[in-house]
Amino acid sequence: MMRPSKLRPRDTLRVAGTGLKARPLRAVLSALGIAIGIAAMVAVVGISASSRAEIDQQLRALGTNLLTVEAGESLRGEPARLPEDSVDMVARIGPVTAVSAIGAVDDAFVYRNDRIDEFVTNGIVTMAARPDLLRTVGGEVAYGRWLDDALAAYLTVVLGATTAERLGISPTDGSVAVWLGEQWFTVVGILDPAPLAPELDAAALVGWPIAEELLGYDGTPTRLYERSPEAQVEDVRSVLAATVNPENLEEITVSRPSDALAAQAATDETLTTLLLALGGVALLVGGIGVANTMVIAVLERRSEIGLRRALGATRAHVRIQFLGESVLLAGLGGIGGAVLGGMVTAVFGASRDWPFALPLWVLAGAAAATILVGAIAGAYPAARAARMSPTSALATV
Amino acid sequence: MSRDTDTGASEAATNGEDAVAELTGVVRTYPGHPPVRALRAVDLRIERGELVGIVGPSGSGKSTLLNIMGTLDRADAGTVRIDGHDVSTLTDRQLSALRAHRIGFVFQQFFLAPGVSALDNVADGLLYTGLPLAERRRRARQTLERVGLADRMHHRPNELSIGQGQRVAVARALVGRPAILLADEPTGALDSENGAAVLDLLDELHASGTTIAVITHDHVIASRLPRQVRILDGQVDADEGAGG
Repeated sequence: MMRPSKLRPRDTLRVAGTGLKARPLRAVLSALGIAIGIAAMVAVVGISASSRAEIDQQLRALGTNLLTVEAGESLRGEPARLPEDSVDMVARIGPVTAVSAIGAVDDAFVYRNDRIDEFVTNGIVTMAARPDLLRTVGGEVAYGRWLDDALAAYLTVVLGATTAERLGISPTDGSVAVWLGEQWFTVVGILDPAPLAPELDAAALVGWPIAEELLGYDGTPTRLYERSPEAQVEDVRSVLAATVNPENLEEITVSRPSDALAAQAATDETLTTLLLALGGVALLVGGIGVANTMVIAVLERRSEIGLRRALGATRAHVRIQFLGESVLLAGLGGIGGAVLGGMVTAVFGASRDWPFALPLWVLAGAAAATILVGAIAGAYPAARAARMSPTSALATV
Repeated sequence: MSRDTDTGASEAATNGEDAVAELTGVVRTYPGHPPVRALRAVDLRIERGELVGIVGPSGSGKSTLLNIMGTLDRADAGTVRIDGHDVSTLTDRQLSALRAHRIGFVFQQFFLAPGVSALDNVADGLLYTGLPLAERRRRARQTLERVGLADRMHHRPNELSIGQGQRVAVARALVGRPAILLADEPTGALDSENGAAVLDLLDELHASGTTIAVITHDHVIASRLPRQVRILDGQVDADEGAGG
């Protein structure tokens, strides 16, 4: 019969924004709670994604085709060693492209100088290293040079990253010597941390020949490193133990260090979930703040509600206005929070030289969360505004 | 049945009625202890094009009468016909539509939106008709010119004098070309000079065919109007100048 009251979608948006424009400070303050919650959640996910991206990048650079072979303990409980010729035997496996080894040199400890108490070993292990070790594990020299064939026969040592730190030797110290196995060894290089061979970090590496000659080393390797084309890693893995030590298979442990690195990223997820839940609590508190603001707004704006009803607004129009205002308020916080969270991720990542990674689903999730929180927070105040009778709304001045 | 006519005259003609508002035996009681009988059997008929003063002391029920004529409140008994519609048969949504299209309100406190220009305050009178913003502003501009505020369109309420503010409120009520304009103490917040100016404006609007009901407690104001309905204790006490 009659043309119904109608509020255009664009006008609905405009009307929903009037309350925020009228009291901008209040809008900002009540959106702040939502912003903090969203920022926390975005930053947690962003930082964990960036850390994973960093590990992925590392793995891409280091390769995931490295296998290590380790001698465990023999059945009689003695520390087992690999056969002296195991390196050559592994090299003869068809797909193997590179192989190298280290051997622990027992009873040869490293000290900054000859006056240090012999019991203060700092947990540093002396190891004999083959010249091709660094290339095989994908390690890098931070300072100086690696033990090539020429240096391997002299009293020279290359320190792992942690070892250099524990001995208090920094690259700027110039030429230094350390007291190693009752001899002075010249430090010729310091390594970067080796993510695929973390055992090198706390080691002092000497040449194979000098270890045999002066440190009483018997020449048996304790750990082999081997690379093969990615597609054949599992094939190689299946024959590796038998190749190295066909008689005592149970003493051999074959592992893939890149798996450990990836697993480390996965364990971080528990912490991420916990932090995410904390961000969720902040978001909830922010939502309660928005609900509170909206309840007050409805009480304060009774005459506006009455006027709108007199101008022809239906209950639904009043409800959508306040619901819209609540969603806008929460959305304002959501946008602010997403920007803040992104900035925190970027700054934190930059401070650790991580690549910036913020998955799109996080932003979509943040948007959905704020709309949901805004709608829930606004539902009751909006219903109250809609229920208000026009005469009582107009009478309160 | 509406054909979107401007004055509503042809619509009334199809209904066979000339009354814009027709109240018969209207009763309104507010619950309480004891209940307040704000209106007891009020009969009132306002013809198209009339300028009526509804006058009575405070507590006489004249504000209740205005709310019922404006469909902001419903009668407990009796029939209320506004612009040909029996209000008791309409849903809340239909009443909202009736207010959006056929009824204009002028309140004593103006209720202008602060921080919003006079033009947009007036355009908001058409907000719930669903007209596009550009069209609402176009009509608001015309209406502001009509009430003599052509040079105040972009002023905000706090930049207007109190008399100008009330004229903006009148323009907002008028912009939808309502069948009836309901003014609740339109001069109540104004000094005598501004009050007179608003009354002159209402006279002008009346002369150009607008149906207006003015609610006031002021007999001096009421006496200026062609017809005065006196309300006392929820009943029509006197109806002077009716039909004239």
